[in-house]
Amino acid sequence: MTNNGNQAIIALEHVVKRFPSGRTWFTALKDINLTLGRGEFAGLVGPSGSGKTTLLNLIGSLDSPSEGRVDVLGREVGKMNARESATMRKKHLGFIFQTYNLIPVYTVYENVEFPLLLLKEKADKRRKAVLEALEWLGIESKAKSKPTQLSGGECQRVAIARAMVKKPEIVLADEPTANLDAENSHHILQTMEQLNRELGTTFLFATHDEKVIKYLKRKIRLFDGKVASDEIIQS
Amino acid sequence: MIRFLIKGLLRDRQRSLLPLLVVSIGVMLTVFMHAWVTGVLGDGIEFKARFETGHVNVTTRAYAENAGQIPIDLSLEGAGEMLEILHSEYPDMTWVERTRFGGLIDVPDESGETLSQGPVTGIAIELLNENSHEKERMNLTDALVRGHFPDEPGEILISDNLFEKLGISLGQEVTLITTSMYGSMVFHNFRISGTLSFGMGALDKGTVIMDLEDARLALDMQDATAEILGFFASEYFEPETAKAMCQAFNEKYSYPEDKFSPLMQNMRSYPQIANLIDYAGLMTFIISAIFILVMSIVLWNTGLISGLRRYGEMGVRLAIGESKGHVYRSLISESVAIGLAGSVAGTLAGLLCAYILQEKGLHFDVNMDTAAVMMPSTLRAHITPVTYCIGFIPGLLSTVLGTMLSGIGIYKRKTAELFKELE
Ligand SMILES: Nc1ncnc2c1ncn2[C@@H]1O[C@H](COP(=O)(O)OP(=O)(O)O)[C@@H](O)[C@H]1O
Ligand SMILES: [Mg+2]
Repeated sequence: MTNNGNQAIIALEHVVKRFPSGRTWFTALKDINLTLGRGEFAGLVGPSGSGKTTLLNLIGSLDSPSEGRVDVLGREVGKMNARESATMRKKHLGFIFQTYNLIPVYTVYENVEFPLLLLKEKADKRRKAVLEALEWLGIESKAKSKPTQLSGGECQRVAIARAMVKKPEIVLADEPTANLDAENSHHILQTMEQLNRELGTTFLFATHDEKVIKYLKRKIRLFDGKVASDEIIQS
Repeated sequence: MIRFLIKGLLRDRQRSLLPLLVVSIGVMLTVFMHAWVTGVLGDGIEFKARFETGHVNVTTRAYAENAGQIPIDLSLEGAGEMLEILHSEYPDMTWVERTRFGGLIDVPDESGETLSQGPVTGIAIELLNENSHEKERMNLTDALVRGHFPDEPGEILISDNLFEKLGISLGQEVTLITTSMYGSMVFHNFRISGTLSFGMGALDKGTVIMDLEDARLALDMQDATAEILGFFASEYFEPETAKAMCQAFNEKYSYPEDKFSPLMQNMRSYPQIANLIDYAGLMTFIISAIFILVMSIVLWNTGLISGLRRYGEMGVRLAIGESKGHVYRSLISESVAIGLAGSVAGTLAGLLCAYILQEKGLHFDVNMDTAAVMMPSTLRAHITPVTYCIGFIPGLLSTVLGTMLSGIGIYKRKTAELFKELE
């Protein structure tokens, strides 16, 4: 069941993920069942090593499950080929990483523009969308800077702008505040909360940061590769 | 999109300028090495051609068979006519006449009695004909020890060793005793104008060098010559052309049943020289191959590393939704562009260096006493058609293959793992 009762945008059934570890296998996810509805602002929370990143990668089609099925936007991730999953990421998913992962040779503007180039958007449409995204994040003045000239908070805002510029249906954010101070963390969370409200984008976080957890409307607690609790916060 | 990628390539010096430099330098060294090895090893052969065999030569069939005995009685008659034929059929080549013969030098005292005597090998060349450039071709200029080159008929040069042994003085008249072309004993007086040191035992023991017209007079061989040597305009032996020339010439002018009919041979007709040419070719091949291999490994690694270095970036691009094929192709295109630009630049630079060393050469100032004219004193590079393309093997092929290999990681790894490489 989903939080707000509308159709499921992400659905996991009996998902198991194993990694080879020496001669045996290490099971990082054990029988995960989970459903997320459109427009949720949810988070996978739990200690380091509990399987949050692994689960996020499965949903983001960067990896495939060992067992069970992962459905994203009505399609089964495990059955998609590389091209199809790339297309899904390109059109519908936005990623935010702990380490920002901006491309250093490009300016802020160009980094944010990149997803639109992949979508083959027209130049004027791109320009409008990039400027709008920079504005949401309050970094219009940094458009011509290179990532190396920015602070961590600014870098993460660029990364969010890059994830949001194509107005994806789902944004997956892995420890987005791990390298940020309290003030920047709050600022970024407030921005994302606002984008969630205004654009209806579904957000799924992976975090163990209390500052983030405070903002979540749903806390899915992972422990040792299993869902330990799933708590919906009434506002 | 393409413009976007090119922008990134140009901005990232580590990705463009650095590999470009490495590729250019690697290619330059390869190209230069090839020209240098080809030149130096080839020079030994060219020297042999210039001093002895020509690139091709024309003698009578009988002379060719007994060439070791320098049999002037088997010389080619009608040399003038033959030269005309050669000049008209092969106008691009240089043709010179030479005759070698055996004899005795007799040094008289004041009263005309024999003071001393020594056996000599005579080499008659177009010495007084400035247009023949024989002096330079045979590297005699470097070999002069005393006196000067003959500048009028009747003057000859003699090995410095023999000059001392026989107690000759410069400008003295000596008598050459030998047999004429027709087998009769002849005596002819010459004046010693200078001495030569070759740095080669056999030649230093007893050689006289004289003008061909003097020899003709002395040996009674009007309009005859032992050999006519031909040299290619490129100044390098061209085996294929030479072979074809010989075949065509002999079909037209040589008759197996007439042993005095002319026969054209090329350097490869002499088994020893053919071996030498093959050996030089093999050495050139081996040295170039080793060099290409080393350069290839270096450039392969450059390609590999520049690919590996960017696994993180690849990961992000894949996460954003670029397809693996697209990322891979852009990686390969970049390395093709760099490999191509580097190969062209490196080849040009290498050719320039090689050209300078081909035209100017590296001159070794040899000591007069040990002057070895039989060894080239100037080492030169030699640019061949192969030199133009050889740099592309390490420059383009290895660089791109290296990148391809590192890029395969994009396919083999799960996208999620590419991020791990970053951390
Ligand atoms: N590619 C991998 N190979 C082997 N083990 C892995 C791999 N990815 C994750 N793991 C293991 O799976 C467990 C969960 O990892 P992860 O999902 O990154 O946890 P979290 O994000 O909650 O800190 C860890 O014990 C980790 O070592
Ligand atoms: Mg994690």
